[in-house]
Amino acid sequence: MTQDRVNVTIDGVPVAVPKGTSIIEAAKQAGVLVPHYCYHPSLPSPAVCRMCLVEVEKAPKLMPACVTTVAEGNVVHVNSPAAKEARESVLEFLLINHPLDCPICDQAGECELQDYVFQEGRANSRYGEFAKRYNPVEDFGPDVLYVANRCILCTRCVRFMEDVAGEPVLNVSERGDRAYIGIDPDHTLTHPWSGNVVDLCPVGSLISKDFLHKARAWDLDKTASVCPGCTQGCNIMIDTRDDVVVRLRPRANLDVNRHFICDEGRADYRWMNRGDRVEAPLRRDGSKLVPTDWEHAIARFAELAKSVRSVTILASGRASTEALGYLRKAFDGASVSAAVKVPTGSEAPLAGVPNLALRTERIPNLAGALLAGFGTDWDRTVAGAGASDLVVLLDVELDDAVAKLISAKTVIIATVDDDRAGGAALVLPTTTMAEENGTYVNRDGRVQRYFQAKAAPGMARPTWWIAAQLAEVGRGVAAPTTAAAAFAGLGKTIPALAGLSYSELGHTGRLVEVTAGAAR
Amino acid sequence: MGYPHPSHPKETVVLSKYFGDAEARTYPGWVKRGGYEALKKALGMTPDAIIEELKASGLRGRGGAGFPTGLKWSFMPKGDGKPHYLVCNADESEPGTFKDREIMRWTPHQLIEGCAIAAYAIGAETCYIYIRGEFTEPWKVMSRAVDDAYANGALGGNVFGSGKRIDMVLHRGAGAYICGEETAMMNSIEGRRGNPRIKPPFPAQAGLFGMPTTINNVETLAATSPILLRGAAWYKGLCLGNPKSTGTKLFSVCGHVMKPGNYEITMGFPMNDLIHDLAGGMRPGRRLKAVIPGGSSVPIMTAAEAEASLCDYEGIIEKGSMLGSAGFIVMDDSADIVYEIYRLAKFYAHESCAQCTQCREGTAWTTKILERILKGQGKREDLDLLLDLSDKMTGRTICVLSDSCAAPIVSGIKKFPEEFDAYLSRAKAPALATVG
Repeated sequence: MTQDRVNVTIDGVPVAVPKGTSIIEAAKQAGVLVPHYCYHPSLPSPAVCRMCLVEVEKAPKLMPACVTTVAEGNVVHVNSPAAKEARESVLEFLLINHPLDCPICDQAGECELQDYVFQEGRANSRYGEFAKRYNPVEDFGPDVLYVANRCILCTRCVRFMEDVAGEPVLNVSERGDRAYIGIDPDHTLTHPWSGNVVDLCPVGSLISKDFLHKARAWDLDKTASVCPGCTQGCNIMIDTRDDVVVRLRPRANLDVNRHFICDEGRADYRWMNRGDRVEAPLRRDGSKLVPTDWEHAIARFAELAKSVRSVTILASGRASTEALGYLRKAFDGASVSAAVKVPTGSEAPLAGVPNLALRTERIPNLAGALLAGFGTDWDRTVAGAGASDLVVLLDVELDDAVAKLISAKTVIIATVDDDRAGGAALVLPTTTMAEENGTYVNRDGRVQRYFQAKAAPGMARPTWWIAAQLAEVGRGVAAPTTAAAAFAGLGKTIPALAGLSYSELGHTGRLVEVTAGAAR
Repeated sequence: MGYPHPSHPKETVVLSKYFGDAEARTYPGWVKRGGYEALKKALGMTPDAIIEELKASGLRGRGGAGFPTGLKWSFMPKGDGKPHYLVCNADESEPGTFKDREIMRWTPHQLIEGCAIAAYAIGAETCYIYIRGEFTEPWKVMSRAVDDAYANGALGGNVFGSGKRIDMVLHRGAGAYICGEETAMMNSIEGRRGNPRIKPPFPAQAGLFGMPTTINNVETLAATSPILLRGAAWYKGLCLGNPKSTGTKLFSVCGHVMKPGNYEITMGFPMNDLIHDLAGGMRPGRRLKAVIPGGSSVPIMTAAEAEASLCDYEGIIEKGSMLGSAGFIVMDDSADIVYEIYRLAKFYAHESCAQCTQCREGTAWTTKILERILKGQGKREDLDLLLDLSDKMTGRTICVLSDSCAAPIVSGIKKFPEEFDAYLSRAKAPALATVG
């Protein structure tokens, strides 16, 4: 154990790190951030920006922290006068051709050039009256613009496309201070993962057309979440402005998606902002649905569920494990036939990262559904639903086959308002995954939390709450009052989740054994 | 012989013996002059014995760094089972340097023989000769010579019946100065952009195609056959100065001399004699002002420094510069040092590969400042700014192109302050006509 660790001191902090660790990563362990541009933990290091030069005692000159591995006894100074002076000079060189158009730049507020210049750059320019390099803005593809003037040529984008995506369509063109990022004239950034170059770009050079001029970075609220797009379960941030989701970005999870998400996942957020929502519980009164409060709605639901012998539950694969688990449990004693709908699409792997792909199954919680006792044979479950005493629809699209099932024995738990729901006994407003706390279980059995990113509309409640209230009112089972309590309670019926808690899942999740129909 | 001038009696002709002798270019002509004897001898020796001989000769890299050749070869791993490569650096693009060109033009088989010896010594079966793209005639001569060497069994699957395979590939550059840097050259051969690589790993560990690789300059490799034939002791004995600098070396002398050309002299030869005697001295009525001795990438020497210096690695360091590639750029009193430095900086700004920030931005910025000074718009503080930028461009980048740009600037400002002062004080008319 001790031989494969080396002891180093970084800015006075002693750390022991595995042999072969770079100084920049060792410094992280010591709580010291070495400013850098070209280095990225998910890309090979070219050591070109020269921003991470640090002083290593006994070394003849400053060493690039990103490619220099630590040696036993190294004493590293990240904030010594020599290292700071070197960084100050790199920043000065980077700024001479930088347009400083921060007021109209999308990156402002989350720009590493801005941050480091503010932190330790020169207060003024010595470049004087010389003209800055000028290159026009280029369209790099479906969602990427290249603003060459802001480029600091860190080459992260070039390396991502070449070494990670495996589609080397970007390069450094020209030489010297005329250099810019070039794109293969016969290609655009259409690779299904190419949008990551926007996140990788440390400045505002590669920007998203979708996000262009939508919001200032400092006006955004950022919430940790999990991509609802497929069974991969990439970790994301949901960025909202005034309760409107404006973009999804990858959140680092080295075991799931490293630092990347696919373009399909990145673009799939508009449904989170839909305005045509069910905002109050609706109950049948004669021929029409009328608003009611939750107390009456739950009472009516309990009445409908009372002494039913068979129930069909049809649910969206975006439903949380909590929602599926509590809904399934609410009908213990009856014969339950439950399924989630699994839309499919073509798989799109990211070549450079093992076990990372946009998956064929385009729902986030397939494994969670299996754990909760749901099946995937949608058509057969729909076909057999007519014979059930009660049909519960959870956030499913009311297509012809499903709409046919709707009757006075149907309870619809819905996010969006739909005219076809008119024949149901109850329509109960529920939250989307962006509006609640919950968990998804990905294809590897990783239980991952997502957090509430925006307010729920009107009286909408999480489905687990609705189901738990139903069980309490109908059968006297005490209902949990928080998502954390709801999750902790899942272990009672889903053994794989026993003993787990939200705090234990943290921000990167926990692996569990997934076996279909494991629920008791 | 000598070309274009007959050899001077003070020269020690070894490599340049057949310069101008067209027959020496042909395979039979080269064999008639004792060619390929050294290779045959080498094939009868063990690789270790060759490396020891090279070490004993004191031969040092002629490309500019002056690293001991035998020692470099000894870094190649043994018995590792991987393919090894030899790369011959014939991308001679250092300003003021034209010695490798003449070796390839006149004695191509001398280079092929040297490459074959080196390849055998380091356990390589393939040698790449990376020829500067602009060298059309040398490339044609070399192509023909390689074909002839194959036809006569000096290259190929069974070199002179030894059972050894040595293949030779001529690779033409495409006009980038930086591809003369050994790691950039390897990228270029691999079909990548010619960007220098980070060291470590060093080429002997992971070089061309990730395999153990040795890169030597044309002149270095050409010198191996005379050393093997005549012995290390003979070569080591060729020394007029510091014993660490041995053998003969081709000095390319250009600029304001009466007889520009290549001069092969024994290491330690007085620079004064090289410039004023062999190269014919200054034009009438002119006197020596400055010399840049190592191609353009080394500090400028004043006339006094140059005239007192010895032509070897240590002698020139002692006088404040470096031997480098031994391309002497000689300037008489008609030269405008500020303009010359500007021209060099512009060259480096044009050739910077754009990887490292200091080099990409620094070379261009310093060029702009020098241009401003030449236009008569310079400011007093420009000199401090130039020195400060040069300091920040030195020792902080992947390769030394940035350092090379800084070296003439720093030495020029320190050694010729009055020339800068003339522009800054507006005493001298702006050199606008020459800027652009």
